[in-house]
Amino acid sequence: MKKKKVLVACGAGIATSTVVNNAIEEMAKENGLKVDLVQIKISEVGAHRDTADLLVTTAMTKNEYPFPVINARSFLTGIGTGQTKKEILEALKA
Amino acid sequence: MRLNESTILLNVEAGTKEEVLRVMGNNLISLGLVKDSFVPAVTAREKEYPTGLPTAGVAVAIPHTDVEHVLKKTISIATLKEPVTFGVMGGDSSESVKVKVVFMLAMEEAHSQLSLLQQLMQLFQDEKKLMTIVNATKTEEVTELLYNNLGLNTQGGD
Repeated sequence: MKKKKVLVACGAGIATSTVVNNAIEEMAKENGLKVDLVQIKISEVGAHRDTADLLVTTAMTKNEYPFPVINARSFLTGIGTGQTKKEILEALKA
Repeated sequence: MRLNESTILLNVEAGTKEEVLRVMGNNLISLGLVKDSFVPAVTAREKEYPTGLPTAGVAVAIPHTDVEHVLKKTISIATLKEPVTFGVMGGDSSESVKVKVVFMLAMEEAHSQLSLLQQLMQLFQDEKKLMTIVNATKTEEVTELLYNNLGLNTQGGD
């Protein structure tokens, strides 16, 4: 399977994306998936438009992208984490 | 990570999130922990990328901004006398949440705060501990809880 390029973004690219980045890293390891994680500000997503496979973000985005966008707020609040993980795993395996 | 009682503000009276950010940010400026540009930067970012988190207990917000506005990495905490409306992180612009505790993060370096941030998120998910902060009448109660839960040094420094 091709290594997936996953964008992990938040507003400033330093705080919540760090937590989400780590959570995905652990998930990928547990499931034996190879991913290329790129931690950025949400405003920088456009630059990766043609090369990314997935965007996981805690910030809102109104833009349309050619790859799935998953909201990862649950990693911060603890509410609905299971569902978010499931969505991410499905996207990584797709 | 610097944490001292002067960055803990209890029972702040504020009507809007802008007011909360100003009170907290100006305090950090007066302590020499962030630059003057921090307040407008954090306010602008909050507008564009809100940081309210509808956690299980009381809702919190974690306003922060780019590293160039920060002099020393710091967490500032404010409990609010009356809840203040913040936008919801990752929500659409109509979503809002009544926030009772604000954790203002002054990050100095990108990508270097993982364990602290993880512990902070754990704290948000612990309703009992959040209530301890909300109900605190002395700043020492908050610093002690943070010290025990975030592994921080209570006496300034790094």
